[in-house]
Amino acid sequence: MDHSFDVNSLNPDMIDKKRSNKLASSKMLSNIAQIPLVSQHPEVYEPCDDSFALVDALLADRTNLLNLQPRFCMEVGCGSGYVIASLAIMLHQGCSGAQYFATDINPQAAETTASTLEAHGVHAEIICTDLASGLRKRLAGMMDVIVVNPPYVPTPEEEVGCEGITASWAGGENGRKVIDRILPIVHSLLSEKGWFYMVTLTANNPSQICSMMREMGYASRIVVQRSTEEESLHIIKFWREHMEKKGSGSWISQFPLLSFWRSSGGSSS
Amino acid sequence: MRLLTHNMLACNIKGVTNGYPLRLEAEKWVEKEVNFNADFLRSVFPKIEWPALVGAVRALGCHDLLPQDAPNPSALDSDDDFLRRFHRALLQLHVEEGALVCPETGRRFPISKGIPNMLLHEDEV
Repeated sequence: MDHSFDVNSLNPDMIDKKRSNKLASSKMLSNIAQIPLVSQHPEVYEPCDDSFALVDALLADRTNLLNLQPRFCMEVGCGSGYVIASLAIMLHQGCSGAQYFATDINPQAAETTASTLEAHGVHAEIICTDLASGLRKRLAGMMDVIVVNPPYVPTPEEEVGCEGITASWAGGENGRKVIDRILPIVHSLLSEKGWFYMVTLTANNPSQICSMMREMGYASRIVVQRSTEEESLHIIKFWREHMEKKGSGSWISQFPLLSFWRSSGGSSS
Repeated sequence: MRLLTHNMLACNIKGVTNGYPLRLEAEKWVEKEVNFNADFLRSVFPKIEWPALVGAVRALGCHDLLPQDAPNPSALDSDDDFLRRFHRALLQLHVEEGALVCPETGRRFPISKGIPNMLLHEDEV
């Protein structure tokens, strides 16, 4: 007797049941935040190409993240909460003990993140603060994962750190004003095995950012590269270089980043 | 805000040297079920400032939840009752409304809808 599967031979009820099961499971198994469940506020940055690229980078690295078994994860500048919710969802199954922190300088963003997390049934501790102010001393060296989608748009200096949504994108000269403040903070928060993911724009001079991080002892690689009509985005991952020497074997796709920048991004400044 | 976060927060005003622990004033708090993870609790225990945690649970009126003195770390392996209490104190008690008060300056940082607001005024940065 031939038992090969043929959808057409199933009765319609069965097909409906299969379909609804599939829908239900796809919703349950969705491993990132769902846009309809992300809260909105006129003064809070909505998930956009840069947010999607950052989440795609985390997804691309998900197996490595699960192997890392992070204990503490943090997003600096959480905005709508789309990224931290996605991180918590994608690690939910494999790292049940992980704790998440999220900060934003905009009180409305902090509240929006709270709603987004609640809608997805995940939790992060939210603190309304400037970058990691108030947390830096006690959390020093404890963060295993830090993600940042910084305000990277080149703007006049006076727009940096303004109230409301402007703070989410205004980056000052070359879009570097806030990024340059973030780097030493990340350096102090990151654990020995910690990983740092950051969104950058070509105008931010990513090669120089990588050089600055290298001086602090970090290796780097591009996890996602994406060009939109308006901008060219790179999601860069940083980790302490000595980890590499231990030969964890998880850096297969690594390539010499600085030479990449030299060959492709030399005309940006 | 969980008490884990209270344990990690310090006053960030420029020039303040004794800004920890922040005194907790809780107008409203709730308890929420959180998955119990013994490995996490054991790994985070050495990072916790015990007196600050005890002060925080007492600010919520839970006077008998934790012992005044930090237990010997071996209790984490042998004393399941202690581990459950530690779990409850650190992760399950959420302060919804209240304030964090700097012990040095008396400056109040409000907690609203479970979110502490550590933003500084211009003259404090």
